[in-house]
Amino acid sequence: MNPTMIAFNSADLATLAPEIFLLGATCAILLIDLFLKPSQRNVTHVLALLALVVTAVLLWRGASAPRLLAFNGMFVRDGVAAILKLFIVLTTALVFLYSRSYMRERKLLVGEFYLLLLFATLGMMLLVSAGSLVTVYLGLELLTLSSYALVALNRDSVLSSEAAIKYFVLGALASGMLLYGMSMLYGATATLDLAKIHAVADFSAASPHRTLLAFGLVFLVAGIGFKLGAAPFHMWLPDVYHGAPTSITLFISSGSKLAAVGMAYRLLEGALGGMSGDWTLMLSVLAVLSLAVGNVVAIAQTNLKRMLAYSTISHIGFLLLGFINGTAAGLAAALFYMICYALMAAAAFGVIMLLARAGFEAEEIDDFKGLNRRSPWYAGMMAITMFSLAGVPPLFGFFAKLMVLKVVIDAGHLWLAIVAIIFAIVGLFYYLRVVKVMYFDAPADDSELALPADLPFRWALSLNALALVVLGVAWSPLLDWCNQALAASLSASP
Amino acid sequence: MPASHLLSLLIWLPIVGAILVLVFGRQAQTARWLALGFAAATFVLSIPLWTGYDTGGPVMQFVESLPWINALHANYALGADGISVALIVLTTLAHLLVVIGSWGQIKDRVPLFMAALLGMEGVLVGVFAATDALLFYVFFEAMLIPMFIMIGVWGGPRRIYATLKFFIYTFFGSIFMLIALIYLHLKTGEFSLASFASASLSSKEQAWLFFAFVAGFAIKVPMWPVHTWLPDAHVEAPTGGSIILAAIMLKVGGYGFIRFSLPITPDASLEYAWVMIAASLIAIVYIGHVALVQPDLKKLIAYSSVAHMAFVTLGTFIALALVREAGNPAGARLGIQGAMVQMISHGFVSGALFACIGIMYERMHTRLIKDYGGIGHVMPWFGVFWVLFAMANCGLPGTSGFVGEFMVILASFQTKPLIAFIAAYTLIIGAAYSLWLVKRIIYGPVANDHVAAMRPLDAREWIVLAVFALGVLAVGVYPKFLTDLMEPAVQQIVTQLGQAKV
Repeated sequence: MNPTMIAFNSADLATLAPEIFLLGATCAILLIDLFLKPSQRNVTHVLALLALVVTAVLLWRGASAPRLLAFNGMFVRDGVAAILKLFIVLTTALVFLYSRSYMRERKLLVGEFYLLLLFATLGMMLLVSAGSLVTVYLGLELLTLSSYALVALNRDSVLSSEAAIKYFVLGALASGMLLYGMSMLYGATATLDLAKIHAVADFSAASPHRTLLAFGLVFLVAGIGFKLGAAPFHMWLPDVYHGAPTSITLFISSGSKLAAVGMAYRLLEGALGGMSGDWTLMLSVLAVLSLAVGNVVAIAQTNLKRMLAYSTISHIGFLLLGFINGTAAGLAAALFYMICYALMAAAAFGVIMLLARAGFEAEEIDDFKGLNRRSPWYAGMMAITMFSLAGVPPLFGFFAKLMVLKVVIDAGHLWLAIVAIIFAIVGLFYYLRVVKVMYFDAPADDSELALPADLPFRWALSLNALALVVLGVAWSPLLDWCNQALAASLSASP
Repeated sequence: MPASHLLSLLIWLPIVGAILVLVFGRQAQTARWLALGFAAATFVLSIPLWTGYDTGGPVMQFVESLPWINALHANYALGADGISVALIVLTTLAHLLVVIGSWGQIKDRVPLFMAALLGMEGVLVGVFAATDALLFYVFFEAMLIPMFIMIGVWGGPRRIYATLKFFIYTFFGSIFMLIALIYLHLKTGEFSLASFASASLSSKEQAWLFFAFVAGFAIKVPMWPVHTWLPDAHVEAPTGGSIILAAIMLKVGGYGFIRFSLPITPDASLEYAWVMIAASLIAIVYIGHVALVQPDLKKLIAYSSVAHMAFVTLGTFIALALVREAGNPAGARLGIQGAMVQMISHGFVSGALFACIGIMYERMHTRLIKDYGGIGHVMPWFGVFWVLFAMANCGLPGTSGFVGEFMVILASFQTKPLIAFIAAYTLIIGAAYSLWLVKRIIYGPVANDHVAAMRPLDAREWIVLAVFALGVLAVGVYPKFLTDLMEPAVQQIVTQLGQAKV
């Protein structure tokens, strides 16, 4: 119990193998990149992807292993962490694949782009494996500090700098709230270990620490709401999505949201599972607000990146509904939803980057006018993504919604399910508008589209969008995997 | 019966065809021939479904089942009874005819059109073949996407308004059905329609579920007062889209009532049958009058579709009163048989009428009735077909339009003569708008130089109309082949209706 006595166990290193490898590889890439000329940036690109592939292999090898604790419970390796980390690594790899030509055209393809993203990935991996409040904070700050810098990467752009400042100020505020909440938890339980908080804390109404715990919970939920971008903590999201270079927007909307879900799971279920009655209520308020704000405000947007930002908010609302009954099946549905959303967001921002050229961002909805005539294939990919985001079967997005709705109805909140679907119908409108613009409107100019010659990018993007179709048919294995991981993690933790 | 993959084949063959058309159909002509090949193959393959259906055997035949989603116990489960078989064959035939009919009419982005058409065909077969509720729902919603594209890309001037209205309206209805399906799933732990039908439900549960199903299917049929998307969608849709919409997609609503509402919520269906019957009667009378005054050809036929589809809902829900209150299962069978025959008949008649309007529009580029007149002088064969279809539309004996309506009216008469009396009003109002339309566009002197310049039917158009005419006459003269095919399924539905769940 003595926190100063940290026994070192060399087996812990094996448990952390993917993270340790990624750290080493990132540092190596940092050094190598110093000696590269800007024209040789492809070497960094390949090395970064290679590092991610090896990390993914290491993760995959440990994915089926039973739950393990390392460094006195600071670090947890379980099924949930494995799924989240694999998809985090996948989305980071997609960011690299999609961004090369986009960033090069904007003269932003610098070594820092790769390094910051790799460090952010490492932070996310730590965050979703956190076993203690300290590791949560450590992972979170590694992620967010890298993200602030990434948003500001285009330092000559006023929009980008403004977004970065906004992100930084509000992010710092959120971190502060989170820390404040953590300090209250520590005050009530005298431990930083999440599992111990769960075991030690007395959540009953008669408990003397009940008020303190409840206050701590409120701050934690607010902090999590900020990180996820749930209304009413969503203000930063549209500006950051809009202002950041699209590749960074892609990263923030996919990988970093996966990590935030991991954090929510660790903090709420892992540490405060005993208060699930309180936090499900708070989350359902956040969920309904997010669904309303996200879907309604998105209709008014003319900028696609802003529209997708509000769409993110609405999807976060849907996702939070999965937390509503605090069961393994519910959390599995939330996890499943987040994975689905990350893939859809990656595809949507990928198409935006594909159409962008030097000096042209392709981020207005009108820029997609008549895309079907100019590039039928990528118009089709975007249409698949939009229909999937709208939740139209047989695409993947529908099944993610289906699982969440099932959880909500199972928990007896029929009215919440009805609110959710009514906002889903509202949301349908703005997704359909993108399809409408692509297919029904005449293009501004009829010329063949000059698409970047970056074949890995185009292949990855097509596979990404087609995955939404394939997973729409064969989503059972992924769902089973989520269910098993959640069930195992919940039964293993106290 | 040996294991059969016929239904899967009928679903996936057109969908594979759609992908191939998109990939290899860079040339418009290649796309057309590829689409024709796939549509023809699908139609030919659907014939064994009809000939191979053993009316003495089990009700569900050609059964297939594969586990799909383990966590939900949802299966890729297919099967067809007589009703499904008839609707599937109608689907494959109508799509074949649309491919032929759209040959020269669609000139822009041909591969996309043909792919949307074939994709729609596979999805529609899937709707009629699914015996798993989740699978049904997936197909049910998936059919919106190709139709959305079809109206939006090749439609008329207000196509964007029409297609968005169509999509959002129908999506709105069906998503309530999704909630109902999830509720039933939580209740039974499965997604199979058979388990839903045998689930015991309180009358309150049934009432909620019933209205959730009504939200989904009534918009699809469409019933008054949620029919307003249909005239817009029909008017703006390209001819091929209109034919599919009228001939097949509307039938999904009627099919849904038979497959979901009646077996799963029989008591609520009985309790609220008066709502459905009242809405049907209003549609028959009121929408009939609305049709009468339309200046636009397509709108007129669209409103007449709403009025005719009301016979489907009337026949379906009058059956409940017959079997439960009057203790008259034979009458109930007549009602449901009539509703089903009406669906097939309306498929031929409305499909044919929209095909005719397409032929006229292609020559004149107007759909206003006042621009036409005296077409019979210029296009005699077209006049023959048009008059035949108009007669079928107003229910002349010997045409398919007569059989279904007569059966439904007859069934209604056995319980509530007043209902039969009101429903029979369609014979007058239907005749009024159909015959007046014939008078205005086919008969009389040639109206203007444009009409005089209309070229006669070409061989392709002639074939399409002739096949429709054959269908209209076959069902009209010898409906027994259809009623025999559907009899076991109807029998089973009526037996289920007789058993109260609460």
